[in-house]
Amino acid sequence: MTLPRVRALVVKELLAVLRDKKSRIMLVMPPLLQLTIFAFAATLEVKNVDLAVLDNDGGKAAAELTQRFTGAPYFKNVFSLQGMGEVAPALQNERAMAVLVIDQHFSRDVAAGRPARVQLLLDGRRSNTSQIVQGYAARIVEQYSRDLSDRYGLAEPPATLVARNWFNPNLEYLWFTVPNLIGMLSMVVGLIVTSLSVARERELGTFDQLLVTPLSPLEILAGKTIPAMVLGLAEGFLIVTVAITLFGIPFHGSLAVLAVSLFLFMLSVVGFGLFISSLCNTQQQAILGTFTFMIPASLLSGFATPVETMPQFLQVISLANPMRHFLVAVRGILLKAMPLSTVLETVWPLAVIAVATLALAGWFFRKGLE
Amino acid sequence: MSDALVRAEGLVKRFGRAAPPALDGVTAEIGAGMVTGLVGPDGAGKTTLIRLMAGLLAPEEGGITVFGFDAARESDAVHERIGYMPQKFGLYEDLSVAENLRLYAEVRGLPAAERAAAFARLLGFTGLAPFTARLAGRLSGGMKQKLGLACAMIRRPQLLLLDEPSVGVDPLSRRELWRMVRELAEEGIGVVWSTAYLDEAEGCDRVLLLSEGRLLFSGPPAELTGRVRGRVVQVRGIAGGRRAVLRRALGKPGVLDGVIQGRHVRLVLGADAQPPVPQEIGAGPEAVVVPAPPRFEDAFVDVLGGGPGGVSVLAGRMEGKARSAAHVIEARGLTKTFGGFTAAREITFAIPQGEIFGLLGPNGAGKSTTFKMMCGLLTPSSGQALVDGVSLLEAPGLARARIGYMAQKFSLYGTLSVRQNLDFFSGVYGLTGARRKAAVDGMIETFALGPHLSASADILPLGFKQRLALACAVMHEPAVLFLDEPTSGVDPITRREFWTHINGMVEKGVTIMVTTHFMDEAEYCDRIALVFRGRVIAIGSPDDLKEGVRGEALPDPSLEDAFVALVERDGNGDGGKSAAPGEAA
Repeated sequence: MTLPRVRALVVKELLAVLRDKKSRIMLVMPPLLQLTIFAFAATLEVKNVDLAVLDNDGGKAAAELTQRFTGAPYFKNVFSLQGMGEVAPALQNERAMAVLVIDQHFSRDVAAGRPARVQLLLDGRRSNTSQIVQGYAARIVEQYSRDLSDRYGLAEPPATLVARNWFNPNLEYLWFTVPNLIGMLSMVVGLIVTSLSVARERELGTFDQLLVTPLSPLEILAGKTIPAMVLGLAEGFLIVTVAITLFGIPFHGSLAVLAVSLFLFMLSVVGFGLFISSLCNTQQQAILGTFTFMIPASLLSGFATPVETMPQFLQVISLANPMRHFLVAVRGILLKAMPLSTVLETVWPLAVIAVATLALAGWFFRKGLE
Repeated sequence: MSDALVRAEGLVKRFGRAAPPALDGVTAEIGAGMVTGLVGPDGAGKTTLIRLMAGLLAPEEGGITVFGFDAARESDAVHERIGYMPQKFGLYEDLSVAENLRLYAEVRGLPAAERAAAFARLLGFTGLAPFTARLAGRLSGGMKQKLGLACAMIRRPQLLLLDEPSVGVDPLSRRELWRMVRELAEEGIGVVWSTAYLDEAEGCDRVLLLSEGRLLFSGPPAELTGRVRGRVVQVRGIAGGRRAVLRRALGKPGVLDGVIQGRHVRLVLGADAQPPVPQEIGAGPEAVVVPAPPRFEDAFVDVLGGGPGGVSVLAGRMEGKARSAAHVIEARGLTKTFGGFTAAREITFAIPQGEIFGLLGPNGAGKSTTFKMMCGLLTPSSGQALVDGVSLLEAPGLARARIGYMAQKFSLYGTLSVRQNLDFFSGVYGLTGARRKAAVDGMIETFALGPHLSASADILPLGFKQRLALACAVMHEPAVLFLDEPTSGVDPITRREFWTHINGMVEKGVTIMVTTHFMDEAEYCDRIALVFRGRVIAIGSPDDLKEGVRGEALPDPSLEDAFVALVERDGNGDGGKSAAPGEAA
């Protein structure tokens, strides 16, 4: 492997991307757009819930409880139903996400210090939202009953749970999404840059031209890996910068540690990109291949759903997914200043993935000669 | 022409404001019952003109009517009456021959009752009847074009527009296509055949000669050829190097143009100029100058003001290669199998230093496979490919450092500037420091690339692209140069300039291997290997090959005649790789 030859390849590769106005724009604009859209759209927070209330009681306590729901920030539109007959249609037509049914003895039971009952009916079709709304409602009712106990001098419940959210005290959802997006978007760029560059050269015939030069497969591999790394890392840091400045995500960790893990992450992503491209002959195939990889990679990354809740075999498969390891690290570094030693414990599999995919890509490049 | 099918009046079409017009004031007519050739190099405006006729583009200025309909505004009426076959015909590669036909019948609205008869007629006509079940993607280049023609013919058009139907088609299939088109013209259909191959112009009834968007000539080809009548000669009986003879001849005043034709040199003289005395151009005591029939290309070059000079600045700058008696390129029993299919079988040849060696053959015959094994793009299943005595398999880096490679579609990096391309190729060939700078500067000077240095390779005029591609291929002064249809589609001036450089380098001891469908390129070769069905079926100088087929039927065979005859002699009914005329009828 000689340095000048690899350098010539690297310079060529960078120029090929950066001299073209369209691809320059493609590198900067879509990731920023996606960052903005994802950050606001990919939220699991539930706000603006429509709630229907069927107050069969009409007493003071019932009004007070309804008042608490109306005052809570999660419920936007709280409206009354006139009878049992309206409950089912309200849920069916999605006019309400949930219906609060207050028992007709409610106020009397409260006044008498007896256990009082309210019922919450939820639209289970939206399972995730209904669980969250249930949580909100439980908290409101719990708070209300605790206030009642104070008012009437009743005994506190024997055990109470006091929760504090570390690293993200207010459970800002953006603090979770945006660090994840750093991983996801730099992966997209790294994959596209690598998988397309080889396919494009195959389409134009320049790949043949490369293969007849004295360049060895190893040099070609290096010449494709390095520029993709440079672009991917630049992209990653651009997104980090935007995340901190625009979205106000805290950065508690060290930049150097982030750089180390981003480097390992990009290396494994570029390995996958080159591996895909070594199997593809056209840019169209490369794009399809990239997406075939990217969708399961995002789903098995712990971004949308926790890896721990997946079936065992998927958890094993997800070990080969660079995102899974990197997301843990990037969240840790940003939100809780994860130290280098811990980060390395998390991201060492990336090095293994990188070596494996790059070796496979190199092998397929060579095999392509036959 | 009163019965013109197409009338174009002062057509102007631009793509992009800054670009020069693709068509610049073209006035022309297309007649019924004849083949009209739309002739010119790539970028001359042929495709633009065809698309205007097909009503797919609107002209910027001027007007065009087809069957009296305005092609731009009444394009539906035009589409009803024409058949159009674009350059890359829209065959569905994953559908079979029959399925493609059925699809086009559907698309063009051929009534179901007429289909069976139409398919039988077209399949018989194209000789594709035995292959109806074959996937279109598995057909050879020639057969794909025939199927494309059949699909364009599905509704018996009155005007048939064919955009470069002979690109990538071997001479055998090309003749087939011509025969079909002739038959159609006799039935009264107007055929437009666009081509960059100037020899095809002579087969047309009328020719529209385009160059850089302008119409240079319109009329029967013989009319244009007539302008050089009596000015074309051949120098025969040359002793010694004919390349040096050509170079000296082009240096003589009054010699407008010259090319190598096998062992002879063909010259076009200026008006009233005397042919050079053979001995003055070092042709040897036996050499004589005899008149030769003019060709369309001679006239085209004459219209353009003559060819370039015969001296290669590039070769002048090169140091002569050390002479050696050993063979520079050697194929030893090269065999390549793909699965159960043997693409090349026991290919053996040896090329001495300073020879131009051509690989010719029909599509799919194993020519490209052999070529790729020789330059290291394919690994042979067995046998050896040696360059400069080094095995491509055992020491690929070392062997490849001695190779220069230039492909048909000049494999340059389009978004990189001229200088960045030069820097890149000098870099990957391991040139560094002062040597690299000297090589790059040398190429810029040699090929006059100075004014274009910061332009992207994509937007270079074709001639400069060709120069840049050659510069990138030879910057490291390779001992061997591999050329894959190097001048397909370029104008004759650029092609001559290119071969002047090649001839000059050969005189300096560089060895050339070229693969081509282009008989003009083949004529430059010292020896040719004809590959067919994976084997070398003939090897020898162009004249040897011509001699080999001379007979009563072919008293003065051209190289193309020799090609066709040798392939046919080797095996009629070859299973459809290239349907021979006998089975197509």
